[in-house]
Amino acid sequence: MSDNILELRRLVTAFDTEGGLLRAVDEVSFDVRKGRTLGIVGESGCGKSVTAMSIVRLLPQPAGNILGGEVRFKGRDLAALKPGEMRRVRGDEIGVIFQEPMTALNPVHRIGRQLSECFLQHRRMSKREAWRESIEMLRLVRIPAPELRAGDFPHQLSGGMRQRVVIAMALACRPDLVIADEPTTALDVTVQAQILDLIKGLQAELGMSMILITHDLGVIAENCDDVVVMYAGRVVERAPVRELFANPRHAYTKGLLASIPRLETPSKTVLPVIPGMVAGLADLVPGCRFCQRMGREGATLRERPVVREVGPDHWVEDCPACAEGGAR
Amino acid sequence: MSKLLKVDDLKVHFPVRGGVLRRRIGSVRAVDGVSLDIAPGETLGLVGESGCGKSTLGKAIVRLVKPTAGRVEFDGRDLTRMTQARLRPLRREVQMVFQDPVESLNARLSVREVIEEPLIIHGIGSRAERRRKVAELLDRVGLPASGAERYPFEFSGGQRQRIGIARAIALEPKLVVCDEPVSALDVSVQSQVLNLLLELQRELGLSYLFIAHDLAVVKHISDRVAVMYLGKLVEMAGAETIYREPKHAYTRALLDAIPEPDPTREVRRELLEGDVPSPIDPPKGSAFGHRLGHPRYDETIGMDLAMREIGPGHWVSADPCCLAAEDYARVADAKAAE
Repeated sequence: MSDNILELRRLVTAFDTEGGLLRAVDEVSFDVRKGRTLGIVGESGCGKSVTAMSIVRLLPQPAGNILGGEVRFKGRDLAALKPGEMRRVRGDEIGVIFQEPMTALNPVHRIGRQLSECFLQHRRMSKREAWRESIEMLRLVRIPAPELRAGDFPHQLSGGMRQRVVIAMALACRPDLVIADEPTTALDVTVQAQILDLIKGLQAELGMSMILITHDLGVIAENCDDVVVMYAGRVVERAPVRELFANPRHAYTKGLLASIPRLETPSKTVLPVIPGMVAGLADLVPGCRFCQRMGREGATLRERPVVREVGPDHWVEDCPACAEGGAR
Repeated sequence: MSKLLKVDDLKVHFPVRGGVLRRRIGSVRAVDGVSLDIAPGETLGLVGESGCGKSTLGKAIVRLVKPTAGRVEFDGRDLTRMTQARLRPLRREVQMVFQDPVESLNARLSVREVIEEPLIIHGIGSRAERRRKVAELLDRVGLPASGAERYPFEFSGGQRQRIGIARAIALEPKLVVCDEPVSALDVSVQSQVLNLLLELQRELGLSYLFIAHDLAVVKHISDRVAVMYLGKLVEMAGAETIYREPKHAYTRALLDAIPEPDPTREVRRELLEGDVPSPIDPPKGSAFGHRLGHPRYDETIGMDLAMREIGPGHWVSADPCCLAAEDYARVADAKAAE
């Protein structure tokens, strides 16, 4: 077997809507290496969260469905599993950290009980053992006085503490893969730093692989080994993190990197921008969608660009107008 | 230089009620003695974490909430003691842009009506003139004139924020309070809106109070930056100075926590413990010193921690817990000389 824990191949996920079938994820492929962190970056609506939810099959029902492709996890195709089998994988072998801890937690149950659930479901423990394990998990995510906190309800905790509980739940069964979907977006910057530091430490300690979804390129740079850049349902570029920041090849990646305000740039200067905006899912062209945003016309809009390897592990959607040095 | 806006020792306290009789059992000191000023054409950035009171401060300046104490002086006139009727003509000159353009725009009104409304309220122009003005404003914020007859929900987040900005500048204000105007936007759209705000400022001579939690964004758009913690300003200086020579421990912590978009840089950060404390029962002394668990915290109880000038235009809270020894010695001297 390869050293990849997860291999996504041409994943297609669509939503059945009144306006027809909308492809939110359109033939997405990437690998997650064992023990490493893969970052998925892109703007809202680019399909990064839908990709993640497709992996664990938590798509909104009945509208969202995987229409094609494979999700190879430790040799098995998750897309082909029966719902019951998938439930055993989820929470046990794959943990999920959601963005909004208040929606991930049940407001009417004590956090110790919610944590116990993972152990009762997947580990056949007695309630007492599960409670004891839950306290250990709270200690692991550095919640002070875990014996007391286990009896708290979610609303009694601060935002940062709640996110720690969500992390504890995701990691309770020591999964091989953790999917963190914007885990710090709702948090203040000082708390974000604490949470990312915690996740990073636990990942090293427990030897997990991770998919980290974010729109923040700073978070990507500091926490990921490999990066996937998504635009309008597709991967436009993927590469090891240093390579991507040093040699971005796709115009969209370059635009993203250039448009973030940095502390070093002098105040009140004009920022480079990516003109236009993403077209709606129903209006996307079959060809290069970034060309569509740039208002270009012609052949590139009609034919889907091929994804080519332009350097070691560096892949780019090879549109002649958008990819530098890739087109031949 | 004469100031457009002067805020002096402003306080906004909200009552906390409890028990069956809903008696007042305490108060949230959302804004607790803030002083600042803004010159014509200047941007003052206001940064702090959620719950620090920065939005309330912005709303108190435009009188969307009533200050408990202190003064807000706009163009030489004291807004705090004005009646609503006297205030109305002044509202033309101070406008606000909100974080969520969806919630701040009336969904039942077309884009034209949204932008026209303030003109009608203030009785400006004939129908035809207003029509022309709306087209001009849309063009100015980079939206097609054809958008006027559509509804806000038909637009993307960035475009909706442009509509909000068009409405805010319709009355040709002097000061615009921007409350997290780009926080809900994607990065590529965020930079478009920041550029638009800079361009409008250059062309119309606007002053901004720019409120946000993202220090990199605030630093980018501001001439000066004020840092707020638990209802009080702890540091204020030129944008470059705040970034290059931060004095207050909280400013440093905020800067330090920003993830660096450069994977080659080795990050070693000192993590701040804990969360922002509650403004209902704030620590008696230095609020940030308390969060740090600083050994000199007890000294600061009852101490005057107001900001003092430590360098030209560089103000910092006179707080022994949060300053380096030599910096504290300088503010202590400044305090003694008063």
